[in-house]
Amino acid sequence: MDFSIPEEIRDMKRTIRDFVDNEVDKYSQQIEEEDKIPQHLIDQAKEMGLFGMSIPEQYGGLGLSMLDKCLLLEELGRANMSFTTLIGAHTGIGTTGIVEMASEELKKKYLPDMASGDKLGAFALTEPDAGSDASSMKTNAVLKGDKWILNGIKHFITNAPDASVFTVIAVTDREKGTRGGYTAFLVEKDFPGFSIGTIEKKMGLRGSHTSEVIFEDCEVPKENVIGEVGRGYAGALRILSKGRVALGARCVGACDKLVELCARYAQQRIQFGKPISSFQAIQWMLAEMATDTEAARALTYRVAWMVDQGLPVVKEGPMVKMFASEALARVADKAVQVYGGMGYMKEFPVERFYRDARITRLYEGTNEIQRMVIAGRLLKEFEI
Amino acid sequence: MKIAVLVKQTFDTEAKIILDVNGKISSSGVSLIMNPYDEFAVEEGLRIKEKEGGEVTVISVGGQQAQDALRQALAMGADKAVLVDQGEAELDEYATATILAKAISDLEYDLILGGFRAIDDGSAQVAGRVAEILNIPVVNVVTGLEIEGGKAVATRETESGSEVLEVPLPAVITAQKGLNEPRYPSMKGIMKAKKKPMDKKTLADLGLDDGKISAKVKALSFSLPEPRKAGKVIPGEAAEAARELARLLREEAKVI
Ligand SMILES: Cc1cc2nc3c(=O)[nH]c(=O)nc-3n(C[C@H](O)[C@H](O)[C@H](O)COP(=O)(O)OP(=O)(O)OC[C@H]3O[C@@H](n4cnc5c(N)ncnc54)[C@H](O)[C@@H]3O)c2cc1C
Repeated sequence: MDFSIPEEIRDMKRTIRDFVDNEVDKYSQQIEEEDKIPQHLIDQAKEMGLFGMSIPEQYGGLGLSMLDKCLLLEELGRANMSFTTLIGAHTGIGTTGIVEMASEELKKKYLPDMASGDKLGAFALTEPDAGSDASSMKTNAVLKGDKWILNGIKHFITNAPDASVFTVIAVTDREKGTRGGYTAFLVEKDFPGFSIGTIEKKMGLRGSHTSEVIFEDCEVPKENVIGEVGRGYAGALRILSKGRVALGARCVGACDKLVELCARYAQQRIQFGKPISSFQAIQWMLAEMATDTEAARALTYRVAWMVDQGLPVVKEGPMVKMFASEALARVADKAVQVYGGMGYMKEFPVERFYRDARITRLYEGTNEIQRMVIAGRLLKEFEI
Repeated sequence: MKIAVLVKQTFDTEAKIILDVNGKISSSGVSLIMNPYDEFAVEEGLRIKEKEGGEVTVISVGGQQAQDALRQALAMGADKAVLVDQGEAELDEYATATILAKAISDLEYDLILGGFRAIDDGSAQVAGRVAEILNIPVVNVVTGLEIEGGKAVATRETESGSEVLEVPLPAVITAQKGLNEPRYPSMKGIMKAKKKPMDKKTLADLGLDDGKISAKVKALSFSLPEPRKAGKVIPGEAAEAARELARLLREEAKVI
């Protein structure tokens, strides 16, 4: 087994880390205060090609393997999480469906602008009455002539207010249910009948915008079906399952950053005449944080590698999402503890990480749902 | 426009300097970066190329590790790289400049750019020496540069303000912070860099040997700065404490 990282990917990691630690970090406080990522940071990320991470080279992307992408996302995970989410949701759930399932025409039409970051992608599955149970969605599509007419409301959609291209899952045949009853559509923000509803006020992820997406007789050209009509539910699961591994990588990056911050702070902060790093209680926390981080990293790399080998990751994908997001929760919680009262203050980044970390156990499928999937698969494997 | 840029691999600005058992600076475990002033030079070269057309060649003297800095410059957009490995030879500014000048004289060049100093030894000599050996003008510590009609118009900072100088090309120009904001290499650029030419040379390839470049300056010893002493808190009423502070600054610290 070879764990070495190719030179090219190492150069990319170093460049992204440099950008994130020296440039994005400078504006983190401003992002929190203004709930907005400065445009020049987005422009720089575009120029660096970060929006094209999951898109094949022939459509202007970087054509990276899952493992390579995870190695880069790890560096992005160090940033203010709204910045990571902007790029992560676009390169993950926002583009995966088109890359993996769309027709050649759709790929040619949309992917180059998405790879450059000129068009931001979003994924709309969740509805007010359909969260964990996505299959209970109400949004439906009816074919009229050469157009599909969509009606319904999606909510909690990451990047929606800023996005131009949406992968939308809707019911096309209620009778058929999850076996043939759902279809994925590629919807542009300028299609008639499309609008953005309420923009949510959230606990964290300031700078990342999450909103309702409303379809009122929204007209979608027939050729904008992603994959086959009736295959949308399986498609949504496929999009989410890839996203899980990538989300793991982002969590690992955030853990890395917190471990570094704490290891440094603990040596600077003096109490009882000594750096707090000399107290065993603090050392144990640091050791546990670093170990959680490495364990999450090892699992993420391994499952990313499995994806690249074409191996099924039905059980392992959810394991990454669950373990890495919970590792981040433990790490962020300890980070606040190591910083003491300072960890509760907005002046320091650990307070932000603590709030932002919370979302990773919820979105892209709650961790309860991940456990259900893992256990379901396990019981099937060992069925008696 | 053929542009050559001198690039040095240096310690990271955050590297902790330690001395080894022989009293020499230890490089083990230290992360290396492109000298930040050289990054300004590379960026300026690329901007001139993008405006005027031409080619940017980056040149470094150093071991295998210096390739990282050259690859970074290639990823930013430079066209090719030359790396001269000095082998076991001990280098001083004279030796480095001699090697660089020799390597450059094998190329076509209209403009030579470099950082005004390297953040490690900070001697600020090499680029000037290269100009001297090649017998061309040099303008140091430049914060603004325009190329027009075979001339370079450079703005440089002086102690009391700035001055604008004009020199005929070819010339050596050294970059100061403020000249530009270097770009981050793009991921595509990093992929392309791998395929760009990196010409690796030895001293023998340049027709040089240890004798021709033997260092004229030898470092006798290195010492680390005294660790900073703990500060002193002056207690008491503000007015009284201020008086005491002024007295200490005058009598103990002798700074006022
Ligand atoms: C900031 C943010 C961004 C988001 N971005 C997107 C996006 O871009 N696109 C998108 O489509 N969606 C997005 N979502 C939606 C997200 O995926 C859902 O919130 C999530 O799937 C949970 O659904 P829910 O909120 O309706 O919770 P519910 O499904 O109501 O769950 C409530 C609780 O019940 C538990 N639960 C539910 N069913 C079971 C069960 N069978 N067994 C055990 N426990 C169960 C859940 O785990 C949870 O603890 C986002 C959400 C947030 C908060």
